[in-house]
Amino acid sequence: MLLIHCPYCDETLPEAEFTYAGQAHVIRPEDPSGQSDDQWQEFLFIRENPKGPHYERWRHFHGCGRFFNAVRDTVSDKFLTTYKAGAPRPDLSSLTEGLK
Amino acid sequence: MSQFRVAGKGRVDTGRPVTFTFDGKSYKGAQGDTVASALLANGVHLMGRSFKYHRPRGAVAAGSEEPNALIGTRRGKGRFEPNTRATVQEIWQGLETTSQNKYPSLKWDIGAVNDAAYMLFSAGFYYKTFMWPKNFWHKVYEPFIRAAAGLGVSPTEEDPDHYASRYLHCDVLIVGAGPSGLAAARAAAVDGLKVVLVDENAEVGGTLLSEPQAQIDGNPAWDWLAAEAAALKDLGVRIMTRTTAIGYYHQNMIGMVEKLTDHLPDLPTDTPRERMWRVRARQVVLAQGALEKPLVFHGNDRPGVMLAGSAQTYLNRYGVLVGKKPVVLTAHDSAWYAAFDLADAGARVQAIVDTRDTVRDDLLAGARERGIKVKLAHTATGTTGRLRVNSLRVNPVKGGTVGDGYTIACDAVLMSGGWTPSLHLFSHTKGSLAWDDDLTTFLPKDTPEDCVIAGASRGLWGIEAALNDGAAKGREVANALGRAPAELVYAVAADRPGTGITHKELPTDRSPGKAKAFVDYQNDVTAKDLRLAVREGMRSIEHVKRYTTNGMATDQGKMSNINGLNIAADALGKKQPQVGLTTFRPPYTPTSFGAFAGYHRGEHFEVTRKTQIDGWAEENGAVFEPVGQWRRAWYFPKAGEDMDAAVRRECVATRKSLGIFDASTLAKIEVKGPDAVEFMNRMYTNPWTKLAPGRCRYGLLCGDDGFIRDDGVIGRLSDDCFHVTTTTGGAARVLNMMEDYLQTEWPELDVWLTSTTEQWSTIALNGPNAAKLLAPLVEGVDLTDEAFPHMSCRTCTVAGMPARLFRISFTGEIGFEVNVPAPMGRKLWETLWEAGQQYDICAYGTETMHVLRAEKGYIIVGQDTDGTVTPYDAGMGWAVGKKKPDFVGMRGLTRPDLVAPGRKQLVGLLTDDQSKLEEGAQIVFDPNQPVPMKMVGHVTSSYHSDAAGRPIALALVEGGHDKMGGTVHIPMPDRTIAAKITSTVFVDPENARLKI
Repeated sequence: MLLIHCPYCDETLPEAEFTYAGQAHVIRPEDPSGQSDDQWQEFLFIRENPKGPHYERWRHFHGCGRFFNAVRDTVSDKFLTTYKAGAPRPDLSSLTEGLK
Repeated sequence: MSQFRVAGKGRVDTGRPVTFTFDGKSYKGAQGDTVASALLANGVHLMGRSFKYHRPRGAVAAGSEEPNALIGTRRGKGRFEPNTRATVQEIWQGLETTSQNKYPSLKWDIGAVNDAAYMLFSAGFYYKTFMWPKNFWHKVYEPFIRAAAGLGVSPTEEDPDHYASRYLHCDVLIVGAGPSGLAAARAAAVDGLKVVLVDENAEVGGTLLSEPQAQIDGNPAWDWLAAEAAALKDLGVRIMTRTTAIGYYHQNMIGMVEKLTDHLPDLPTDTPRERMWRVRARQVVLAQGALEKPLVFHGNDRPGVMLAGSAQTYLNRYGVLVGKKPVVLTAHDSAWYAAFDLADAGARVQAIVDTRDTVRDDLLAGARERGIKVKLAHTATGTTGRLRVNSLRVNPVKGGTVGDGYTIACDAVLMSGGWTPSLHLFSHTKGSLAWDDDLTTFLPKDTPEDCVIAGASRGLWGIEAALNDGAAKGREVANALGRAPAELVYAVAADRPGTGITHKELPTDRSPGKAKAFVDYQNDVTAKDLRLAVREGMRSIEHVKRYTTNGMATDQGKMSNINGLNIAADALGKKQPQVGLTTFRPPYTPTSFGAFAGYHRGEHFEVTRKTQIDGWAEENGAVFEPVGQWRRAWYFPKAGEDMDAAVRRECVATRKSLGIFDASTLAKIEVKGPDAVEFMNRMYTNPWTKLAPGRCRYGLLCGDDGFIRDDGVIGRLSDDCFHVTTTTGGAARVLNMMEDYLQTEWPELDVWLTSTTEQWSTIALNGPNAAKLLAPLVEGVDLTDEAFPHMSCRTCTVAGMPARLFRISFTGEIGFEVNVPAPMGRKLWETLWEAGQQYDICAYGTETMHVLRAEKGYIIVGQDTDGTVTPYDAGMGWAVGKKKPDFVGMRGLTRPDLVAPGRKQLVGLLTDDQSKLEEGAQIVFDPNQPVPMKMVGHVTSSYHSDAAGRPIALALVEGGHDKMGGTVHIPMPDRTIAAKITSTVFVDPENARLKI
């Protein structure tokens, strides 16, 4: 079972308290009606499937209830970092350095 | 004393005899024996039959890796466990055990004809044998396979034992309490570090229990062990025996199963049988030791053929000679010591047969001293003996040529094909392995976890090496935790370090195609099977494994994986690392379902949520159904009524006069704040701005893809407060979706979302007399069409209780939903029940609710919709706010596929022959088309309707809205039913009945 750091509670807690909520930084367009079919399809369905660091959303469901973002390595399953919703995407190179 | 017990040997207490039974026969063992050691002490080697060929088998090992000696153990009613390893199960007074895979008896077994027909059961026989003729599958092959498949018989009675689960947090967890584990614990137990040492055996010591001759720092091994175990306890080390680390999970979480009662003659009343530990350790030391490999030769599975190291264990730990005339067959030095120990204990060792050309001088001298014949550069080519080995055939090998064979009479064959480091838990960590050419085995390399591996499990041999490596590793993890323990160095005299060589199957002078040289004993896989798999095109070890089932049995290939790899690699002409190793997966040893289930069984398996009115329903004979985690009253049968009759009566009574329904499970979310209306406008398809406080609206919730997610009636209690209801099963999902949009897309909105489902008891009153019943009890609201029309809501008092009153209907009758603070629910229910007697009030359940709503064409999200239905498909375009700038799903609804013609649309169906359709039945336009027919939809809801006077159904049909009056066909196994497409409203389409 993974340990996950909730950036709102500032505590590292077992995975069972959290739920996965899909890829992060997929921003709902300001004016959906102005989107072309292709753009809307991109927003709705097209997701990354990286082997390695993945930006993704989690929710501290059985805790504070907040949604937050994380970078997780899909190979090792390890969390490289977690950060609050709305915070900018962290720089990947600085995170992967610590991975040896 | 039993015939094969050696006086003065072993750790069992022969002064405390223990009687148990095996296949109904009574045997005497000693306190401390396992079933296997006690049977061996009585000269019994035959302990089971193999899985496929039903060949007679005996214990080949002495520990948890045992593949053959699987038995059933019984302790009275309900306490039966199949596939217990006889080598692990400790005996106690009265234990009943039985052998497996035999009929009618272990000695005379009918299934053994499989052995004679072995050519039929070669690798991949499942895929080949049962392919044709096609219609034989159901009638012949499948019943045969089902009858023959499976090891042992699963118990049918409920397990009366209970099982526990615990969490444990520690600084250092050490798996394996052999020399390296003990030394690691000693090194790490400094400066308050919390150290836990676990071992699957009944006592700590590991190899030391089988090697009492060793002298550690001048002390006999067992004296040192006793003192060390006591010292560790004094240092605060938590020692857990009979505890198996079954799996290594992310971030140093280790699952362990502790067996607490299986060894006890009397069951304590308050102790669980097993306890599952979830351990989170900051550092882990894996010290699991090594497992001995069998040699692969014809007849290597006969009872009496066993691992040399295990024979040494039976002698030194249990005081049992596995044979009086053993022959030793080996490719490794270690078996020579086994021969010496057995000879010193009185066995007449017939010979030591070594496959190697040269052997260390001291070993040769040891054999000479004991008068044991030595045969170097030999191979073994067969054994004889029906239920027990009585000879071994060996041949000299010179320059790769196998010479003439001769037999050596014996009553046991002690074999050693070398040792394999136990890498199971290390592999669970996704640790990488490196092939070692010298040792011909994989060794641990890197792991992403905070974990080190010590001793024999990383290829070190001998007690001194294991102790010193364990101490170094213990120090290493203590250093990682910021401690600086002193260096520990151990000196061991009479140690037994050794080396050996590794073989594929042993060379033979006979036809290798006919050899039954077993690699995987439990699944009856031979060397020939592995070579056949390669010849038939299997290239990866993963394919070879699945084709032959090598390593797939309950022992998970502990003995067979490396032998299998060596043979497959040879057949492929590749090096072992190019062929690869199959993946080790948890659990390390078979684990009971009880241990995994823990407390989650019976009534504790899942939460059962009950409303405040549940007790009344139970007292009044309700039949319940589970809905989500709720248990809901399904219908209220009267004496002699079946479900159909009860539902029919409840429907009629409600439409005729008055029905009462417990709607408390309906999920409720309070949406509150200055931006509540804006939030509602964005979430739901409907417009909310103009909905006045005190009014309700049916709301539809879509995803951004345009498909219906949920629905429910929403009341606006004030400008800034909405009382939202959702489907019973959708509560958490809807709130999660709302929170998601609120937190991450519209954080600027000042709104609070609160689940209030449990805060309210909700009672629905429906029927022509609903208002009449309620009006005298309500204060603050005038229940007339003018003052409180349909789709109104108000905060008021009902029967003296504070209430939120809704005038809404899910039945098409005059309807009210009264919400009162949850604990008042039953009181209100009983008040209404009593007052309703004058109107023949009828309590109804969820089934009647479903019928009544279907008669009105009201949908159930998830039944009449399936995640691909838009509001337009469902005929509810009226619920979509066209003038709003945006809402969740608005853009989605204009996607090309969602506006294309030919979508499946919700319609009503009336069968021509008045029969009731099956929910889920597929629909076609042309019943005469060839099979497979084009399916154009399915029946979503179907009921007998008294109000309509006939069966009714709802269905999704391609282009259904444009086909009103048309006919579709529903093919069933016995006939094809024709049905007419109609509106979804079957009763009172003008809604006249909603008026008071």
